[in-house]
Amino acid sequence: MRVELLFWAGCPSHPAALSDLRAALSEAGLDPESVIVREVRTEDEARAEGFVGSPTIRVDGRDVQPAAGEPLGLTCRVYRRRDGRYSPTPDPADVRDALRTATEAAHARHEGRIA
Amino acid sequence: MISIGERAPSFFLPDTSGAMHGPAGPGPTVVCFTCNHCPYALAWHERIVAVAADYAPRGVRVLAINPNDAERYPLDSLEAMRARVARGEFDGVPYLRDESQEVARAYDAKTTPDLFVLDSDGVLRYRGAPDQDHDDPARNAAWLRSALDAVLASAAPDPAETPPVGCSIKWRP
Repeated sequence: MRVELLFWAGCPSHPAALSDLRAALSEAGLDPESVIVREVRTEDEARAEGFVGSPTIRVDGRDVQPAAGEPLGLTCRVYRRRDGRYSPTPDPADVRDALRTATEAAHARHEGRIA
Repeated sequence: MISIGERAPSFFLPDTSGAMHGPAGPGPTVVCFTCNHCPYALAWHERIVAVAADYAPRGVRVLAINPNDAERYPLDSLEAMRARVARGEFDGVPYLRDESQEVARAYDAKTTPDLFVLDSDGVLRYRGAPDQDHDDPARNAAWLRSALDAVLASAAPDPAETPPVGCSIKWRP
C-alpha cells in the first residue's frame, strides 16, 4: 500500500495531519513510518501533482476525501468533518476508511491471484 | 507593528455594500483579519460571530477584514465576500475589504484569523487567536471573550497576547 502526504509549507496544518495519519496507520496494524511525505513548492508542481491544497493524503493514489472541482494551487485545503465542521485536516474517520478500503482491495487482489 | 498598550492605526474600509467602517467609536472594537478560503478562519468563524452578538449589547463592535490577494486567491474576491454576507454568515459583523492591504500591513497582521482588541480609546489591549484550539468549538473564543471582559472592566487582559494561528496572509507579489 502506498500512503502519501503532500503538503505546502505555507500552511501550518501538515504536522497535525501527519500525526493523525500515522495514528490511523498504527490502528490499522500498518507501519506508521511508511508514509511518503512530499512537499509541493511551486504552482507548477501543484498543477503537475493535481494538488488542491495542503495537506492532501492519498492511499494508493486515491484522495482520502476526494475534492470535487477545487482549483489546483498552493493553498490551505478546507476539509469538512463528518459533523459538518470546517477543518484544516481530514476527518480521521475518513482516513481510517480509506486505509480499510485499500487493505480490503489488496486482500481481494491477493485472493484473486490465489484462486 | 503595534504593541500592546499602543494606539492602533485608524482606518476606513468599505464593507461588501460600500459603506465605510473604522475602529473609532464609543466602545471597544475587535479588528479581525479573516478570509474565505482558509480552514482556520472558517473553523473559528462562528465563534467570532457569536462573540459579536453576545458583546454588542455591551457596546463592542467586531470588524472583519479580508486583506488577501484575490487575484491569486479568487475565493477571497469581493464577489465571494458578498456571497457569504448574503448567506447570513456575517450577521452583525461588517465584512470589510482591505484591497490595498495597507491596513493589514499597518497592524502587522500575520494570519487569518488574527485578532486585535482595541479599547474605547483605540489602544491595543489583546492580539492573537480567539482561543486555544480551532478544532474545538467548546473553547468558545475564550481568549477573546476574556480580553473583552477585561477591557470592559478597565483591566488588562490576561493573556494580552497569544500567537496568531491560521493561514498566512496572502500578500500581493
